[in-house]
Amino acid sequence: MIIASNVSKKFGKLTALDNVSVTCNKGECIALIGPNGSGKTTLIKSILGMVVCNSGFITFNEKNILHDWQYRAHIGYMPQIGRYPDNMTIGQMLEMMKDIRHQKNAVLDEDLVQQFKLNELLHKRMRTLSGGTRQKVSAALAFLFNPDVLILDEPTAGLDPVATEILKDKIIAEKQKGKLVLITSHILSELDDLVTQVIYMQDGVLQFHKTIEDLRKDTGQEKLSKAIASVMVKING
Amino acid sequence: MKAFITIIVFVLFAVTGNAKTIRVGKLQAIKTIQQAIQIAAKGDTVLVDAGLYHEKNLIINKTIFLIGINHPVLDGENQYENISIKADGVVVDGFKVVHSGVSSIEDFAGIKIYNRRDVIIKNNILDDTFFGIYSQYGTNCTIEKNTLTANSKEEQQAGNGIHCWKSDSMRIIANTISGHRDGIYFEFVTNSVIWRNTSFNNLRYGLHFMFSNNDAYITNIFKNNGAGVAVMFSNHVKMFNNYFEENWGDASYGLLLKEISDGYINNNHFTKNTTGIHMEGASRIAMEKNVFDNNGWALKIQASCMDIVLTKNNFISNTFDVGTNGSLVLNTFNNNYWDKYDGYDLNKDKIGDVPYRPVSMYSMIIEQNPPAMMLFRSFMTSLLDKTEKIIPTLTPENLKDDHPLMKPLPL
Amino acid sequence: MKKIIKYVIIDILRNKIMLAYTLFLLLISLSVFNLEDNSAKGLLSLLNIILIIVPLVSIMFSAIYVYNSAEFLELLVSQPLKRKTIWLSVFSGLASSLAIAFFVGAGIPILLYEATATGFMMLGTGLLLSVIFVAIAMLAAVITRDKAKGIGVAILLWLYFSLLFDGLVLFVLFQFADYPMEKIMVGVSTLNPIDLSRILILLKMDVSALMGYTGAIFKNFFGTQTGVLLSFLVLTLWIVIPTWLSLRKFNRKDL
Repeated sequence: MIIASNVSKKFGKLTALDNVSVTCNKGECIALIGPNGSGKTTLIKSILGMVVCNSGFITFNEKNILHDWQYRAHIGYMPQIGRYPDNMTIGQMLEMMKDIRHQKNAVLDEDLVQQFKLNELLHKRMRTLSGGTRQKVSAALAFLFNPDVLILDEPTAGLDPVATEILKDKIIAEKQKGKLVLITSHILSELDDLVTQVIYMQDGVLQFHKTIEDLRKDTGQEKLSKAIASVMVKING
Repeated sequence: MKAFITIIVFVLFAVTGNAKTIRVGKLQAIKTIQQAIQIAAKGDTVLVDAGLYHEKNLIINKTIFLIGINHPVLDGENQYENISIKADGVVVDGFKVVHSGVSSIEDFAGIKIYNRRDVIIKNNILDDTFFGIYSQYGTNCTIEKNTLTANSKEEQQAGNGIHCWKSDSMRIIANTISGHRDGIYFEFVTNSVIWRNTSFNNLRYGLHFMFSNNDAYITNIFKNNGAGVAVMFSNHVKMFNNYFEENWGDASYGLLLKEISDGYINNNHFTKNTTGIHMEGASRIAMEKNVFDNNGWALKIQASCMDIVLTKNNFISNTFDVGTNGSLVLNTFNNNYWDKYDGYDLNKDKIGDVPYRPVSMYSMIIEQNPPAMMLFRSFMTSLLDKTEKIIPTLTPENLKDDHPLMKPLPL
Repeated sequence: MKKIIKYVIIDILRNKIMLAYTLFLLLISLSVFNLEDNSAKGLLSLLNIILIIVPLVSIMFSAIYVYNSAEFLELLVSQPLKRKTIWLSVFSGLASSLAIAFFVGAGIPILLYEATATGFMMLGTGLLLSVIFVAIAMLAAVITRDKAKGIGVAILLWLYFSLLFDGLVLFVLFQFADYPMEKIMVGVSTLNPIDLSRILILLKMDVSALMGYTGAIFKNFFGTQTGVLLSFLVLTLWIVIPTWLSLRKFNRKDL
């Protein structure tokens, strides 16, 4: 579904992505893992077209995303930090997104809106919200339009345990519907029962892309966190 | 009034004995004025009924009283000079003089005095004349209560309203003049007075003085003329109590003084002129109790002026108070009221304790560099003016009023 | 595109600074018209306020708004929207909000007290200046990544247009005092929208006679119908060119 070929990106002297190639398919739930500054977010932004890569190309459903914008109708994106115009209410925000994205006959997925009880906060202005609530809004927006691909950048950061569980359940449900889910997270323990594949990045280089079974086999560790730790030791050691 | 004058005239000549009155009119025995003048003798009165008269060029060569009843019309058919006065002591009273000839060679006028004295021209209405009333070598003549109107469009093809050339002891009183080139024009005229006239909407100047000394003009109104009033190359001219208003145009001014000396300018009002008074080469002029309000520049004193003394004048709401083009100042300002003065009066003697500098930095800049007008009313220039007030650099050091008044004078 | 503009305007009009700006303009224009004995004089006092305050508020508010909306812009870019649409929407939202604020704050008093050619000219140039400085602010914001630096650049740009440019003009005029500069000055005035607006307004007032003093060149150019049309064209270019440049930059920008 998403294929990145030899993608490189430099910010000045810093190489954020170095010749990264990756293929993501339907029904997969991929964890993007790596230390801070390893290029995870840049890769996500490249896929979303927010960052234009210096060389290489990315295709979405066999179409180059460069100069294209319509493919993003199939992606739901939840940013790391969700900041919205101060004086807009949650209701207006949802309205605006619906205005922008809604296609005729499409069914809206308002599960998260309901489960996070955002309906009761519709009149609240964005600047009055806590970080967690904003994160809930971001999550709700990402799932709202039933996209084929979900890209979640640190989805659980700032969420309370209840909300985290709700979100995890939702991700699993969507995965089972055959959607492609891309997640970056620091908290590896949360990813255990979610992901089917792992992409590990360091210093802009894609170190490996394996299924979780392969990873467990290779490292002999059951827990994702332990498995990754042993990989890191191997790579850096 | 007419009848009264006629009676007086009758009585007068009845006493002297031999004067007679000749009636002219459609219903009278004598149909034309020309005829009447032919049979008239010195001192006779020619009384003209109302009506239209085609007299071509009417020449008055005898000392007579030519009096119109209800403004009989003398039509010059755009070819002739309506009335030529070629005798001393002629009186022309109460006519309507229209459509004089227009020529670029001859100065045709509605009424013209040729080398004569003691002529009186009064209560006439002049309409569409080339020159209005013209005095050539006139002496001791009176031009009074006439109304002169023309519709000139171009300076070259226009004559002056009241034009005096090489005349002496003239009295120009209470005339109303509009639409000419210059409202009143004096060239080589001496010992004369211009009093209570109104001159407006003329193409060039409301009043134009050239080489005319020892004259006075008092209580006149000069309004909305092309360039205001010009007084040039003259001395000992007195200007009292006149109103200079709305001479508002690119190169306009209320009053232009050029090569003038020993004048007095008192109690005049300069309102809404681009420049209130523009002085060049003026010297020994006393200015007192004048009011300058709402002018672009109240005063422009070029560096060629000296011994101009300004005392007790009011300067109110002018964009620039004083403009000058040099740093040498030989003129004196004292006890004037300046509305832009922001000094203080600690001893409460109604005189500001610090001097006022009426020349702003920006007005100096424009004087030296006219295109800088592009920055008129910009933030930059007001900032410059403020700095200049604190640290004077460009403005003339001694151009200042050491004793500015705190309150305007009641003028 | 309309959809985003609508929400940007809703957001900005709720902004307290915007409200304060509108009230400030309203207060100033009403007091100026009420205190001065004739309204032509009121206009003259209002002139300076419009030429200084309007560009300052426009450029600062827009620059800060664009920086504060960085994450919101990111979110929008991740949606199925053309970048061009997003950027022009933000521009239109900012421009119309600031124009509305100016219209309510200064425009209505002008129409009430001084519905003359001068008033209309002031209203027109004020609206255009509001929009021009939004365009300039957005160009500055898209070029400079750092917020503090970007706001600094915005302040400098305002200072340049309202003060430094005129200082430079004055300097050049004195350097070339021996040459006929009048015609060139007409050209130079188009390089600064504030100067151009001021000249246009002044020429509609009766103080224009003072400008005629330098030779009739300003009046002959800006005073005519063609001149006014040309000047408005130039002012429009001052909107179009910065917007176009910033759009080009935004299209290639990494967020």
